[in-house]
Amino acid sequence: MTLERFLIIGAILFSIGLYGVLSKKHSIAVLMSLELMFNGINVTAVALSRYTVPYLLTTHSGEKVVQYLLTGQIFTIFIITVAAAEVALGLAIIIAIYRTHQSVLLTDSNQLKN
Amino acid sequence: MISDGIASSLAVEISFWIISISTIFSAIAVVQIKDLFRASLFLILTFLGVAGLFILLGAEFLAGIQLMIYVGAISVLIIFAILMTREIEISNQSHYMRILVSMVALGFMLLAISLITSTDWQLIDERSFPQNQTDEIINTVQNSIPTLSKMLLTEYVLAFEMVGVLLLAAVLGALALVREKK
Repeated sequence: MTLERFLIIGAILFSIGLYGVLSKKHSIAVLMSLELMFNGINVTAVALSRYTVPYLLTTHSGEKVVQYLLTGQIFTIFIITVAAAEVALGLAIIIAIYRTHQSVLLTDSNQLKN
Repeated sequence: MISDGIASSLAVEISFWIISISTIFSAIAVVQIKDLFRASLFLILTFLGVAGLFILLGAEFLAGIQLMIYVGAISVLIIFAILMTREIEISNQSHYMRILVSMVALGFMLLAISLITSTDWQLIDERSFPQNQTDEIINTVQNSIPTLSKMLLTEYVLAFEMVGVLLLAAVLGALALVREKK
């Protein structure tokens, strides 16, 4: 029960973010929903590494095996770093588009279509 | 599981429900509120809730990172961009495929929840460990920062360096993109 409820919260956050990413017109709203999806993934990774790795430890014994307890946290650190880089670049692109087109709506950025 | 003995107590239980319900409701508010600025404030609330979930999971260091990077940096960047690109008719509107997309998201959520609840998770009690390992595991979980830093600088050092280079490149790219052309 304790693992499942954290995973369910992660899944709900991911689904809300998925809805926002697919349905929003405003590009900053899409970025915000993307952050929701990242957060759902992070909760899932930390919960899984906390609750399921101890079972592996009973079958794989050894010197360094305890470190695998924290693999999910390491992954989450990398995910957060990449998310920060992605937000910085994404907002810079949005501001650059706003300067040339005077619009931030994704539905207005369709030059390549014609 | 490998808890510090308080994980089953009532206070943790209550705080779990408060944190999770407020996190999910503010996440719904992020995609539902029409005013984009208010939606970004609810996004900050969601980040705070996820930091609370990290604390409940025993990942205090990650909660600190979450507070510093998400609450401190990313939300400030997002609010800055919202204020930079403010328009009269600016709003958090959805486009015409909203019903279809909400069906897709709802279906994904139900699929994920049914998979999670139907999986037979191989969780075991801490009492079934060999005694010497139990102490080591509990020590690693409760005092995770030394192990985390050791792992970052030995096993994952290549990814660590690559992420640093990626962050530098992203920041330089962002600077080059938003710089005023003369």
